[in-house]
Amino acid sequence: MHDDPSRPFSRPDRRGFLAVTGAVTGAAAFGALALSGCGSPSPDAPGKGDGTPRRGGRLRAAFAGGGASETLDPHRTNLFADAARAKALFDKLADHGADLSAQPRLASTWEANRTLDRWQVTLREATFHNGGPVTARDVLYSYRRIADPKQTFRAKASLEPIDLDASRATGNRTIEFVLKRPTAEFPNVLAAFGAYIVPEDFGDGDPAAYDKEPVGSGPFRLVSFAPGRSTVLRRHDDHWDGAPHLDELEIVVANEESARVNALLGGQVEYAHELNPTTARAHEGGGQIEIVRLRRSAMQAFAMKTDRPPFDDPRVRQAFFLIADRQELVDGALSGAGEIGNDLFGKGYEYYADGIPQRGQDLARARSLLRQAGAEGLRVTLNTSAVAAGFTEAASIFRDQAKEAGVTIDITMGSKDSYWSDILDHGTLCCYRSGAMPIEAHISQRLLTGSTTNATKWHHADFDALYQQAQSTRDTSGRAAVYDRMQRRLHTEGGFLVWGFADWIIGTARRVRGVDRKAPANTLNWARFDKVWLA
Amino acid sequence: MSQLSFVARRLLLGVAQVAAVVLLVFALTEALPGDAAVALAGDQPDPARIEAIRESLRLDQPAHQRLAHWVAGLSHGDLGTSLASGRPVSTYLADGVGPTLLLAALTLALLVPVGFGLGVLAARHQGRLVDRLVSSATLAVYAVPEFALGVLLITVFALELRWLPPTAIGYGPDLLAHPTALVLPVLVLLARPACSLARLVRAGMVEALASPYVAQARRYGVAGARIRYAHALPNALAPATQQLARTIDWLLCGVIVVEALFVIPGLGTVLLNAVAERDVPVVQGLAVVFGVLTVVLNLCADLVVHRLAPRAGVAA
Repeated sequence: MHDDPSRPFSRPDRRGFLAVTGAVTGAAAFGALALSGCGSPSPDAPGKGDGTPRRGGRLRAAFAGGGASETLDPHRTNLFADAARAKALFDKLADHGADLSAQPRLASTWEANRTLDRWQVTLREATFHNGGPVTARDVLYSYRRIADPKQTFRAKASLEPIDLDASRATGNRTIEFVLKRPTAEFPNVLAAFGAYIVPEDFGDGDPAAYDKEPVGSGPFRLVSFAPGRSTVLRRHDDHWDGAPHLDELEIVVANEESARVNALLGGQVEYAHELNPTTARAHEGGGQIEIVRLRRSAMQAFAMKTDRPPFDDPRVRQAFFLIADRQELVDGALSGAGEIGNDLFGKGYEYYADGIPQRGQDLARARSLLRQAGAEGLRVTLNTSAVAAGFTEAASIFRDQAKEAGVTIDITMGSKDSYWSDILDHGTLCCYRSGAMPIEAHISQRLLTGSTTNATKWHHADFDALYQQAQSTRDTSGRAAVYDRMQRRLHTEGGFLVWGFADWIIGTARRVRGVDRKAPANTLNWARFDKVWLA
Repeated sequence: MSQLSFVARRLLLGVAQVAAVVLLVFALTEALPGDAAVALAGDQPDPARIEAIRESLRLDQPAHQRLAHWVAGLSHGDLGTSLASGRPVSTYLADGVGPTLLLAALTLALLVPVGFGLGVLAARHQGRLVDRLVSSATLAVYAVPEFALGVLLITVFALELRWLPPTAIGYGPDLLAHPTALVLPVLVLLARPACSLARLVRAGMVEALASPYVAQARRYGVAGARIRYAHALPNALAPATQQLARTIDWLLCGVIVVEALFVIPGLGTVLLNAVAERDVPVVQGLAVVFGVLTVVLNLCADLVVHRLAPRAGVAA
């Protein structure tokens, strides 16, 4: 009896995983409590300076994919390829801008009550591919499907703050969301990864229906879908954000990076997602193809478990912060395709504490801190795996750096298929990475006592309280001040040694225009094929 | 030993082998760290979520129950359902088998004439320039791994000369409609088996030509060509046939590297994804199919050898 609809998740990692999981609430500009964005294009519309868009043509885009298990059910979105397909076919109420703040999409306005636990959301006028309007009932149906306790949809954790039983439609295009607790960053819940809006009772909830004839409100409608091979899409002329320039979009799957590059060079595709830094260097400025680097797309870090020796002593953590030569790690492990980090997540994102001075290598102080902590001649095991680009390289570079401070690091290679689960509770030190998400989501998913993926075991009641305080603070600058305090604490003695931020590299044919160069992978303007055209 | 009882014994052995393969695959996937739930949860390893996935996939049942359930389905031809997508395993096989069969058939069609031709050519000119050229060339090509050869051929013929497409991306399963996309993959697939086959044929023929019965035939004044093709070649065929069976098997079991490099969605790709996803039903389904294929092919090869060189005797 295998008709229960809960299996299709494809695996992330191996072929480039994403990671905007955006669980539990999200950050957003709510300074302007009501964003009146009706019909206005997103503030950072992609493709400026590429000339006048030309209509027509077919663009083929190559992604690493999930093989024969792929599905078009937008709530099962897991891989980058899934996200690109879901984004073409469906819309969310909001999405993340280049600084990870929430930008209105299907929602035209949102407005909170005084205590920030009731939100009025108004939908813009939009139509599904079958001609029906997008209504409040569709939104509630979609969210309830995601939150179904019997299911394991990825966005379920993100929607957790919403009390869906109490939330209701107050009109055809107005919804009142009742929250379980004050959530100042509620708009980011609307932008959560995978929180797409589908028509009410679509296919009676049967996931197979999405693979046959998905009905969304997105800029493209489906022509054909062959799992693990190709998805052909055609322009949806009535899209609320303006019809795409392209007539057709085909998303093809090629898991091997060299195959994606060769297909691009050979003119078989016009867009190749996820290239290696070495490939990028070989072709940058070469004139054959365009290389687009989406900066600050992936945080690269070592995660120290703060609840067990030796890292339960903050001086040892501080010593490790000072051991890292960040530039050497970026140059070696990322082949230079990235920039250094300051032990904080979300460089360049909204609320990032950029007032804190950049930390550098200081081996003398590291030695002295270790001496004070009684940890001279320290020996630690560093868990790593080939699960993400640069992991094993970063591990061996850091081992050599630590040796100079008198710390011996033993590297243990783990299975890439179960790595994320293995390192969650086991070991003391591991390689870690994360895709783009709001800073607030990073905190709520990973740094609170109740967080589900707290890999640094950062459990501090006063830190939790600060988070709640931020969520109950109405004005943006007040909230920014609280986030700043939290980040200062993490910078001083947190468990994440964030040494860099990797570029996400895309290759395009020279006649492809309108590709956004600022949006980190997985934000609104990443894979915005509705804004791309062929010159 | 009669031909019939030989076949029956080989078949029985084959069934046992397939059962053993299936059990072994099941045991090995069980022994892998993490299960489908962990693999599916990926970078979001929330323990509660993993538990929920595990329950929905029925991975919380004991291994022997899952195995029994699967074997029960198998007995009436049901290969089961994929854990990762909920689609029947048979659709995975049906989707992947076309491109794989096509590649295998084309490669084989070229492999036999090329392999035997080169082998016979070298044997005829044993010790002379042609032999030395063929032998060193086959040895050199044999030493190049498929991946490197593929990259080299793509760079030269697809990206530099632009004679052929670099990949089969976006062509779908109907590769015959795009014959130019097949040239490079078939060349890569052909390279190493053709070399090993040629060397086997050469060795077999050289050995046979030096044997007392060929000397005797010569003394009787049998024509050179007849000696070579009617007497010496069949002797060389026995080891070559078995090698050929192994090659077919290798081709059908999905040549993972070639499929990945040229973006051909065949059985190798299906297998690779299924293992990474810990999609045990799909891995098991493929194991059964590959197991049966291997047994049947080897049986055929043994029968051919049995006919060609009965003296050799075949271990059954």
